[in-house]
Amino acid sequence: MLPKLGLSEDSVRRCRSLARDVADGVRRETELFTTVSTERSVLRLLGVEGVDSEEVPIANRAVEALAAAQKLARGVAVWLGSALAAGDADPQRAAQRMTDLREASAIREHPRWREALSPFVESALARIRDNRKERERRIAGHAPEELPLLYAIVATGNIYEDIVQAEAAARAGAQCIAVIRSTAQSLLDYVPFGATTAGFGGTFATQENFRLMRRALDALEEELGRYVRLVNYCSGLCMPEIAAMGALERLDLMLNDALYGILFRDINPLRTLVDQNFSRRINAAAGVVINTGEDNYLTTADAVEEAPAVLASQFLNERLALDAGLERWQIGLGHAFEIDPGLEDGLLFELAQAQMAREIFPDCPLKYMPPTKHMTGNVFRGYQQNALFALTSVATGQSIHLLGMLTEALHTPLLQDRWLSIDQARAIRKNARHLAEEIEFRPNGRIIARAREVLEGAERILERIARAGLFQALADGVFAQTSRPRDRGRGAEGVLRRAEDYSNPFLEVWAGQAAGAAR
Amino acid sequence: MSMRVPDPSRLRPYGDRLGDGVVQLSFTLPLPRSSATVAAARRYAEKMGIRDPYVTLAEAIAPDFTFFIVYGKSTHEVDATLPVAEEAADTALTREQIDAEIERRFHRRLVVLGCALESDAHTVGLDAIFNPKGFAGDSGLERYQGLDARNLGAQVSVEHLVRLARDAHADAILVSATVTQNEIHIRHLTDLVDMLEAERLRDAIVLVAGGARVDHALAKELGYDAGFGPGTSPSRVAAFLLEELSRRIAASAREAR
Repeated sequence: MLPKLGLSEDSVRRCRSLARDVADGVRRETELFTTVSTERSVLRLLGVEGVDSEEVPIANRAVEALAAAQKLARGVAVWLGSALAAGDADPQRAAQRMTDLREASAIREHPRWREALSPFVESALARIRDNRKERERRIAGHAPEELPLLYAIVATGNIYEDIVQAEAAARAGAQCIAVIRSTAQSLLDYVPFGATTAGFGGTFATQENFRLMRRALDALEEELGRYVRLVNYCSGLCMPEIAAMGALERLDLMLNDALYGILFRDINPLRTLVDQNFSRRINAAAGVVINTGEDNYLTTADAVEEAPAVLASQFLNERLALDAGLERWQIGLGHAFEIDPGLEDGLLFELAQAQMAREIFPDCPLKYMPPTKHMTGNVFRGYQQNALFALTSVATGQSIHLLGMLTEALHTPLLQDRWLSIDQARAIRKNARHLAEEIEFRPNGRIIARAREVLEGAERILERIARAGLFQALADGVFAQTSRPRDRGRGAEGVLRRAEDYSNPFLEVWAGQAAGAAR
Repeated sequence: MSMRVPDPSRLRPYGDRLGDGVVQLSFTLPLPRSSATVAAARRYAEKMGIRDPYVTLAEAIAPDFTFFIVYGKSTHEVDATLPVAEEAADTALTREQIDAEIERRFHRRLVVLGCALESDAHTVGLDAIFNPKGFAGDSGLERYQGLDARNLGAQVSVEHLVRLARDAHADAILVSATVTQNEIHIRHLTDLVDMLEAERLRDAIVLVAGGARVDHALAKELGYDAGFGPGTSPSRVAAFLLEELSRRIAASAREAR
């Protein structure tokens, strides 16, 4: 699509350069640390599964025991490799043994721990590669997909009921199925185990639930003549573990924002920024498309005022994602249609924002979120807002369209709510198919002026963040009017300084990072 | 031709003439679309008291589900003169008036805590009441001079909230509750009442619940002082807090005499 807004290339370049400064500062601070969740992810990638008699995952128990034995700063891989070299048959058994504090304390570094661990690292990498190839093969086997991809949510709390709803949505035309997580899960410091049938406002993300839904969607592929993408939420205290599970079970999209957990869940900033890096490394290797969460700035404050913060965050998320090895086609930057529908020319502002994001990030698959804040219970008005949202989405070439529900804010979607939404979005996508190619904007008109104003605002915010550094900016409350000091927040106790000879074999492969704390 | 006047004791919905009882409804039957399913939908509407149901849409929205839109004439009547459930007192005061009254009556700022409890992660309603920006042009509680309003956000545990309320000498707690599955919000709302009572804090604090599916009757039943449903403005909540706290001071002054 040709640029239509005449945005200042200098401004965009300057925003990218400021975002790079910010990201460099983040890397300098975070690469000195690891977290319990990052270490648990290493175990999960190596195939450690299951829970003990108290339903606590083996990965948690082993990491806790190694931490208590003052050994975790070297990285869990060193000890797992040593246990294997000393005779344990596989990572599962080695991890199981390490859950015992005496065993964890007694274990000594084995000189050949790397060799012993290497086949298991290789087999994890191979499984991730194979999943990625399989996705590519499956997608290539069908006609090109219609864009924007229609993204539907299921949220029954019961994975088996979710499958019924997901099948119905996919048959109706949904191309991405997201299983919303149980509301409390982002704050759990472990990943629940097995198939689950009871959740609150959603369904627990577990490896078995991933597997069940993946199998159900794959089973539809032949009937529908297309591949149905599976989405989950790689955020919260277990961000990288969910990424690991997703990579092993071939999830296609992952919500994976660098700052969301800090701002909206009060998770410790250091913990989140260490974890986002490793989770994105995993997603990068798995060929997953991440979705960032800028829509949240708009739902919690005024959407017109917060527009520059959205763009600033998109620049930061882009840079942090690139630094974690993701390619631009994998970086689904978020934004939302949340301006008060009563505002004069509000739709013009929405068009400006959506078109601006498209032009500034031409190679990123933009993830466009529906109206939620101004949905009132008047379902007819809600359906109208969703229609304007769908039209804006098509008119500005958005890539992933999260379907708006006419009953938003009333209840979790009924089967018919979802169908109505898919039907609406498909009709508008077809009815306005080439609208984006036909539209130009009046030079110095309202839409162009608005886009320029937002870009200038974003540049000012980025200047402020770059001056302070991201951690200080978070403490100062630059984002979402919320102050998040570096050492406060949930999960802070799970952050630990890496030893000089720390090792994470997956990071070493994906980041080409040598062992040790800092460069 | 004379204008007919509705009889509130024998009321019916109005479509395009008085007493026609016209309603629109939509629902899904878990059966594949067939003439038998359509007939079943029509009979289902009849069982709901709808005369001459007109099925305007019967769409197979999934292999085993059919979605219906039905129009028809309801045969039921309702007595609209019956007494209604009590609503929280509604005083129309502006922010400036409320601030001035707080200063005049209390000579201090009132401490108001707000949050969503436990697993509840929804903050749209809570933010609309607390954030300075407010809701539909009505400023949020954080903008009130007379209020020390603290939005604690979502997923706050009952225990943590009660501890904060004690430490901050809270005058009021506003709980935002979003209905999710399994009525979990009810349990969290009652847990809070129980714990405040156990800690002997209940009488010192005005307790208010709000949310899309909360109303005054439900809140009262759960042991709250008031409940506010969707569309409630921050100033309405602030006015209620002002009046309720004033009433308590007056009541305790009477007791002291």
